[in-house]
Parts: sequence; structure tokens; C-alpha cells
Amino acid sequence: MADTPLLQVEDLAVHFRLPLPVAERAMGRKPKVLKAVDGVSFAIGKGVTLSVVGESGCGKSTVARLIAGLYRPTRGRVAIDGHDVTAARDRTRAIRRRLTMIFQDPQASLNPRWRVRDIIAEPIRAFGIAGDARETSRQVDGLLEQVGLAGADGEKYPHEFSGGQRQRISIARALASKPDLILCDEPTSALDVSVQAQILNLMRDLQDELGLTYLFISHDLAVVHHMSDRIAVMYLGRFVEVAEAAALFASPQHPYTRLLLETIPDLGMTKRDREAVAGEVPSPIDPPGGCAFHPRCPHADERCRTERPDLRPSQSGAGGGAVACHAVEEGRLPPAPAGEAADG
Amino acid sequence: MTARPATGATSGTAPGTAGRLLGALYRGADSDLAYSFRRNPVVVTAAIVTLLYFFGAAFADWLAPHTPFDPSTLSLGDAEKPPAWIEGGDWSYVLGTDNQGRDIFSTILYGSRLSLIVGFSAVIFSVVLGVGLGVTSGYFGGWYESVVMRAADVQLTLPSILVALMVDGVARAIFAGTDIKTDATFAIYVLIFAIGISAWPQYARVVRSATLVEKSKDYVAAARVIGIPSWRIMLRHVLPNTMGPVLVIGTIDLALAVITEATLSFLGVGIPPTQPSLGTLIRVGQEFLFSGQWWITLFPALALVLLVLAVNLLGDWLRDALNPKLR
Amino acid sequence: MNGGAARALLDVRDLKVGLPTRRGPLAILNGVDLHVKEGEVLGVVGESGAGKSITGLAVIGLLEPPARIDGGEVWFDGARIDGLSGDELRRIRGARIGVIFQDPLTSLNPLYTIGFQLTETIRTHMDLGADAAEKRAVELLDEVGIPAAASRLGAYPHEFSGGMRQRVVIALALCANPRLIIADEPTTALDVSIQAQIIGVLKRLCREHGTAVMLITHDMGVIAETADRVAVMYAGRVIEDGTVAEVVRNASHPYSHGLMGSIPTIGARIGRLPQIRGSMPRVGAVPAGCAFAPRCPEVRDLCRAERPVMMDGKATSAACWQYSPRWSDTAAAAGGAAADG
Repeated sequence: MADTPLLQVEDLAVHFRLPLPVAERAMGRKPKVLKAVDGVSFAIGKGVTLSVVGESGCGKSTVARLIAGLYRPTRGRVAIDGHDVTAARDRTRAIRRRLTMIFQDPQASLNPRWRVRDIIAEPIRAFGIAGDARETSRQVDGLLEQVGLAGADGEKYPHEFSGGQRQRISIARALASKPDLILCDEPTSALDVSVQAQILNLMRDLQDELGLTYLFISHDLAVVHHMSDRIAVMYLGRFVEVAEAAALFASPQHPYTRLLLETIPDLGMTKRDREAVAGEVPSPIDPPGGCAFHPRCPHADERCRTERPDLRPSQSGAGGGAVACHAVEEGRLPPAPAGEAADG
Repeated sequence: MTARPATGATSGTAPGTAGRLLGALYRGADSDLAYSFRRNPVVVTAAIVTLLYFFGAAFADWLAPHTPFDPSTLSLGDAEKPPAWIEGGDWSYVLGTDNQGRDIFSTILYGSRLSLIVGFSAVIFSVVLGVGLGVTSGYFGGWYESVVMRAADVQLTLPSILVALMVDGVARAIFAGTDIKTDATFAIYVLIFAIGISAWPQYARVVRSATLVEKSKDYVAAARVIGIPSWRIMLRHVLPNTMGPVLVIGTIDLALAVITEATLSFLGVGIPPTQPSLGTLIRVGQEFLFSGQWWITLFPALALVLLVLAVNLLGDWLRDALNPKLR
Repeated sequence: MNGGAARALLDVRDLKVGLPTRRGPLAILNGVDLHVKEGEVLGVVGESGAGKSITGLAVIGLLEPPARIDGGEVWFDGARIDGLSGDELRRIRGARIGVIFQDPLTSLNPLYTIGFQLTETIRTHMDLGADAAEKRAVELLDEVGIPAAASRLGAYPHEFSGGMRQRVVIALALCANPRLIIADEPTTALDVSIQAQIIGVLKRLCREHGTAVMLITHDMGVIAETADRVAVMYAGRVIEDGTVAEVVRNASHPYSHGLMGSIPTIGARIGRLPQIRGSMPRVGAVPAGCAFAPRCPEVRDLCRAERPVMMDGKATSAACWQYSPRWSDTAAAAGGAAADG
């Protein structure tokens, strides 16, 4: 790994103020604050895939959008290759070019009124990558072929393509500015499995070929397992566990990680009965005090209810894992369930 | 609005439910604009009538058998001639003449031109104003959005005729004494402004809400990530995707603008009688209604009704044809 | 549950659904054959556009016009139910066939309390008084795992979370003790940890009540956990039918085989996922012959020419020419050509 990581994020947080009805505002009630992301730190080295996994509303997509500069962070710092880009004015063209994004919904991420050719050419034109129109057109053809489409497809409109093909177009657009880092926000969640396999394979091929770095956002642990080098598990705006992919699946530390692993419907385990998993994700507007997971955690005690655990390097987890859990720290947890580990 | 991102992380959206699939199929196969147009004889007729009006208005100079605005060609001897098929009529004045001997048919042609010019200009004026304010307020939000939308609310509480009357009165008061006042073209500008200013809020509202929808879509996010400037995103990405409803409202508004123009002219605050629009013709004619010269007011009125009806039918059809695609 | 003699509770034969358009009818279902036995959980799996949801809607007469049944038969409990009037179908739905949709919000009326909706449904289909119906409503909510059920009767749907709402919908579907439940993507809109809970509830209740389930989903994992038997759909037809274990581990049809392979699993990490090239043909553009032929690694001339019917495959039945005696003939005839291509 290089000395400066490609992407460095420190204590990143964004709090959204929820608009109140006028009547309530007049009564002097304070607007509620949604802490979508509440202090997240990580770094990604060049050519590595870090996945952020969690359930809906945990803030994982918001992390990607903060890094992309789509929201202004409430606090914290984002640096790309050592350049601080937290403030919008620091995002120079040279920096913007190095970072692109792929979105979840292939329907909504392509402008329906633009030809595919123009969609892919937009970053090329914006960053002045090609000298002239002919060179732009040549690059667009190349990109289309790189993602498995034909140059002639450029003349069509997005609605003429299937979901998987649209996601290929999205990827071609993301590659157009020759980026180093691609933020992938649930890129295959809206796709069918057989198409998902095509897109995941394409993304890994491109990574090998171009040395890309991925920040991969997903709720699907199996996909994350397939794609990642490192994995961060997110719960209500904070990371609860970060570990090497293999280590996370072999010996999950945090109770929430264990819960998630337990809930994966697995093809192998036909007709097994589920251990009833208690509770649901609380509202991020009024998260529980202390450890946010404590209402669902079988190992919660008084300390968990009052004191918020920080992410600390875990003793047992190999490969620079870190866990935010009092029970793990105190050694109160039983060892990781062996069932999952056996496969890894 | 600011809270949307947090819930944006929905996991595992369904790859299409059956209902949506059926809807999409049906739309793709069946509600092709051209097809629904051909299938609908009323709409085809309305389109033909509208086109005839445009044609007649555009080529009035050639089509009109007489030049109603040239006093030298008028003779009072031809005044108040009835339509040709009635006793005393003259086939060179098919629809008869008015009190000054102007050919009604020719005057209708020129009057339609004036009505359409005023109508179109007013619609374009309100579209530019309304769409501009709508897209910017939807995109930027904040206090600017509040100001624009409250202004639209206030505007909507005033009936458009009242607004037009006010503008017209104010303009006349301001320019009273100057020689601009008597100029017929000046009256046209005042009319265009007066009619246009009262219609912008509906465009602003529709475009603002469409902008809010489009703004939250990821193709806009994709453009923002690569640093495309806001004005360019609004112009190139958002605006084209909000134009469907504008087209519909614009068409229906054209009919409304023509009517408003006619009403104002009828009330005597619109186009002066020297250059009559349809409304002016009706006003001039109604003074003769009870003395037996019904044709002076009836034919321009029928012409107005037909034009407005045709345009309205087109607008209604357009709304229905485009509606399922407006999401 | 009732021994080996389990007869088909629901029997769908050669069901065709079409959408009339000005360019002629669009075939959405091209002859679906499937059956659900008493007390059995049948998983209907397929990718979007395969026609699985349409099949469910057609069976219970909820197709939205202008889509309509163009052919085939639907038998339920020994009686034919396609072509029944809206009223007759409504009586069957709810009373004898329960329905669960993907989005719990569309199944619940936001204007009425949960208790009202439950008791109303119960009293529509069962001969119970107000008190008895309310008692049953509480029992049902209890069964689907809603805590403090009695006190939640007065609550409105929006006061429940997504997972709890789907539990209420399951309770609604179970109101009249139906023989069959048709569940269309019941867990797709939910989070993974909630998904597991809902699957658990559905499984437990159907086992306890002996209710058969037609579980429609795109998620093979859900099927593997829940179903006894699977019908795999592709381009408006069922192309494979067999027990879950066999379809998952030993699929006969090349499509099912590819589909199972392309699902990432936790376990050995592999470099590339096996993938099926291309994508499913759009409705209206389904090729003649086998619909999967353009994507199939095993394709031969016969596949492009004629549409295969269901035949006995490895351990399941599959609509694939490989398992026909004619396969070896074509192999000899077209083998050379295939190698060239």
C-alpha cells in the first residue's frame, strides 16, 4: 500500500435538519436532526475495494454521496490522494476527474432525453479530455466496447436498453474521465441475478485492467463478500466493525455483524429454521443512547445503554480489524459462530 | 427536502412489479402520440381548423378580398351590407360589412391574426417567465423558492382579467400625455404583458415540482459529481425533462389568452377599433345587434368560438396523450 | 401433510396471458404449467419480466385490463376458476386464497385501523359476531408476532414499521383460514434482517395451518429457505420444475443451472462468477423455438426450430431438448456446424 491512501476520510458526519410544519415552528419547537452519518473514518489504498454494508437508512449511501461532494459534511474531512477536498472550492477539476460514481437505479441515472453517446461524452467534454469532436467520438466508442456494448449503441436512447445494459452505460460514463476512484452506490441492487453476475464480473475485470479503487456500497453480504478486500459494517450512521473481507466472514466480532451474517438466505441451507432475530432498525432521527444497537443486542448491559463504544482495533480479529463494542472489548462475547467460518 | 438522502439508501428495490410492467408495456405499444392522434377524428378536425386559422392569419394579406384598414378603399355606400346570401347582400362581401363599410370576412382574417399574435406572444412571455422562475426556484430552493412561490400564490388569487385590467390601466396612466398612448402597437404590447403576467404562476408551479422530481434523480447527481455548473444542469438536464406539462398548459393557455384578449378588447381596454382584433369586432358589432345588423358581431364571435374550441380540444388531447408519461 | 396422495390444490394448465395492442396481441405468458399441492410451498422464481407476477395475478383474477387470459385453464380445489365473474372470484380470494403483495402499504388502507380492517375481513368471510371477530383478530396478530396485539388494534398502518406492516398483511391473508396463499415478493421491500423474520413467520404459520403457498420471488435465497418445490420461469413459461434441493444443486435446464451459478454465495471466494451472456428477451421479442436458445451454451439447431415441452431431466423436469431422444440425432446432424459457429 502506498504511503498516502487514495481516499482518506476522518470523522465524517452529516446532520440533516428535518423541516417542521409552520405551526410547530411557530410554537417554538426545535427542528429534529437526522444524523445520517455520524463520525465515520476510513482510508482506501490504491487498487483496493472497500465495501460499506448495512441495512437501509444506515447512512451507507450518504457516505458515498458525501465523498462525491453531493452533500456538504457537517464535520470531518475528506482527502483524495492527500488533497483535502472537504470544501467544495477545493474540488478542483483535476480532483473531480479522478473520482466518479455509479448509481443504483440505472433508470434514473441516465438522462432519458440524451443519446447514450452524449451521456458518455459529457465527462470527456467537461474535463476537456479529448482534443476535438472526432477524438471524443473515438473515445466514446472505445468506452462502449470496453463495457461490452457496440459503438453503434451510442446513437440510441437509454430506454432502448435493458437494465443491465443501462448499468453498463453508467459504468462507461464513470470510466470516461479516466478516474482512479469509483464510488459504487448499490450498483447491482436493481438488477436480476444473472445480470448482476455480468456487471460484477465487468467491474472486477475493469479493476484489474485499470487499477481502479472502489468504494462499494451494498446491502447484499454475498455480493460484498464477492467484491471486497475490506468491509465496513454500518449501523445507524456509524461503523460498528471494519475488517478484511475474509476475516469478517470467518470470525465476525460485532453482534450486529453476526446478526447480518445469520440472516443471509443461503442456497446451501435448504429449509433450515431461522433463529428469530429480534427487533428492527430504530429510527435514525431518535437513535437509542449509548450503543445504538443495544435494544437488539442479546449481550447488552448497563454500560452499552449509556456509553457509546468507539471503534477500537480488535484483539482477535486478524488483519487490522476494528470493532465498536463494549462486549467484545470486555471479552463478554462468545466466540464467533463456527458455521460460517468453516466455509471460508 | 434536505432529509431525503438518508432514506435514499433503500436496499433491494424490486426489479419491477407486475403492474408497472403492464403499464410500461401498454404505454410503449399503444399510446404513441401519432397513433392516438390519428385514431381521434375530433382531434384531427381540431388540428385542421387550428392550422386553417394559422394559415389564414399568416396570409391574410393575400387571402382577404378587401383591405379593411385602408380608409381609402372603404366607402360608406357599402356600409352595413348583410351577408351575401341574404337579400341586399353582395358576393364581394361574403359575410357582409360593418358600419364603416369594412368587409367582415377580411376583418375576421386580420382580426384572427392580431388575436393569435397577442395570444402567442402572451403565452411565450408567461412560459419564459414561469419556466425560468420555476426551474430556478425548484433547483436552488431556500428563501428564493419561498419568495417566488408566495408571489405565485398572490398572483393566483387575482383573476387574470383583473390583473390585465390593472396593468392596462396603470400603463395608460403612466404613458398618458405622451404620444405613445395612441399608438395601436403600444396597446398590443400592453395587452401581451397584461395577459402574460397573469399566467406565469401555473408554469412556475408545474415546472418547480417537476424540477424537484428530476433534481432528485441520479442523472443530475452524476452531472454534479463531475462539476457541471448549475445553470448548465438546469438548462441541459432538468429543463428538457419538465417540458411535457408546459406544452399542455401552453396550448390550453393559448385559447385562454385569445379569450382574455377578446374580453379586454370587448371591454374597450384592448386593441383600438382602428386595428380590430376579434374582440374589438364583437364589441363594435354588438352596438348594431338590436338594430338588425347581427352579422357584424355574430361572425367574429363564431370565429372566436371556433378558434378557442379547436385549440382547447388540441390541448385536452395533448394532456391525455402525454399524461401517462408524466410519471 | 396428508400423505403421499397429495392432489393438486391449484393446477394451472397452459395458461396464456396477452396484451392486445394495435400491433397485434403481445404474449406475456406463453403457456404456463404449474401446480401446487395441498400444504406445499411452491416457489416460483424468475427474473424480472419472466412473467411470475403476472402468473400470480392471472390465477386470482387480478390482471389489470387490457391484459387478459388468452387461453389455458386454472383449477382450484377441483373447480375451474378462470373465467369466473368478478364477484365469484372475490369470494374465493380472501376466503380460500389469501394474497400477500410486495408493498404492505398497498394492501392496507391508510384510513382505517388495523383492527377494523382485520375484523371486517374476518366477518366478510366467516360467520362471526363482532366480539368473536375481534378476538380472532387479536389471535392472528399474536400469531404473526406483533407484540401486545390487543393494544395495537386501534393503530393505523402508518404507525407500524415496514416489517410489522407485512406481518399485519400476513395476518389479513390468513384471516379466513385459506387453503392457499399467493405471496408475490413478500420480502423484497424489506431489509435483510426483517426479511428473515418475515420468511420465518410465513413458514411457521403455513406449516401450522397446513396452508399451501405459491411464493413468487426473484430471490433464490428466499426460495431455498422456504419452498418445497420450485418452478423456474423464463420468458413467460415454466422451464424447470423440481424439488428445491435438486434445482439448486443439480438443475437440468441450462438457464436454471446458469442462474444458480451466477448467485454470489458466502463460502469459497471465486475470481469470477459464472455468468449467462445476454439478457432475457423482451416481451413480444421472444424467439421461435426455445426462448433461451440465443443465450444457451448447449444450443443446437433443434432448439432454434422447435419449442421444447417439459420432459424428465436429471432429477427435475425441464423444458429442454437435451433430455429428448431427438437430442442425439441433432447432435450428429448439427455437431459440425455448431463447432464451426
